[in-house]
Amino acid sequence: MSKQRINWYKYAAPANFYPLAGKLIPLFAVPAAILFIWGMYVGFFVAPPTDAQQHEYYRIIYIHVPAAWMGMFLYVLMALYAGIGWAFNARLGSMMAQAIAPTGAIFTFISLVTGSLWGRPAWGVWWVWDARLTSTLILMFLYIGFISLQSSIDDVRRADRAGAVLAVVGVINVPIIYFSVQWWNSLHQGATITSNSFKMAPSMRSAMLIMVGACWLYSIAVVLVRVRHIIREREQEAPWLAESPA
Amino acid sequence: MGGFGFYVWGSYGISFVLLAGEVLMLWKRKRNIARRANPEIASSETQLNTSLQGIQ
Repeated sequence: MSKQRINWYKYAAPANFYPLAGKLIPLFAVPAAILFIWGMYVGFFVAPPTDAQQHEYYRIIYIHVPAAWMGMFLYVLMALYAGIGWAFNARLGSMMAQAIAPTGAIFTFISLVTGSLWGRPAWGVWWVWDARLTSTLILMFLYIGFISLQSSIDDVRRADRAGAVLAVVGVINVPIIYFSVQWWNSLHQGATITSNSFKMAPSMRSAMLIMVGACWLYSIAVVLVRVRHIIREREQEAPWLAESPA
Repeated sequence: MGGFGFYVWGSYGISFVLLAGEVLMLWKRKRNIARRANPEIASSETQLNTSLQGIQ
């Protein structure tokens, strides 16, 4: 009995990954939409009506925390793909990094805006130059820098390498964001969910984790759509593309 | 929302607009790629637009 093994290296070639990505998109997009609706339902109709300390505005947590987590996760993923593209000269790695950057930037922006809308009633200010907020703003600038750098260089492979250097060096900011509330005095609260404790009511926690799942699936779906566009734009002269549907 | 509707709905509204905007931009990009790959579609659309402008 011999097990048939999947040759994963095969999918490092854009020509093989392009149709696979097309098949995977609905598998992530449809559950993402379902989870978004379910998460909002649990968050607004099942979770306790009012938090003892945070009143009704605590409900911002269901979008703020998933967006902040996605901003950080996607940056690490982008740097990893950019690093693979750089170290192994793998075109698809660089294309994936390019595809992840706008989604990561959008989630980081959402975390900053929703954080500001939460900070106003909770702290009395829209913004403070606190370690958590400032390092998240730097993350936003790193995304913008990566996107701008890549689009400002005409030679695609040179742009990939320059972007990879920025992405890999910028990874240092992610643990700084995560541990900033422990390392420095901060207005921002500490981690609500850690590996061994959940400081939330079960229904609140469920709503938040469902929304985290929704954001993950959404991100995978849009990144796959975008990487297909990037493949089409970069490999437009390739004969295999003429036979592939858009 | 206990007087905090602006903050709560504002957060979800902005998030929805940004994510929907991302999907819309991807759809537009796909359409532009298809147009570039198929100049006949682009030229027929241009002709259609010109004729419509002529009617208006």
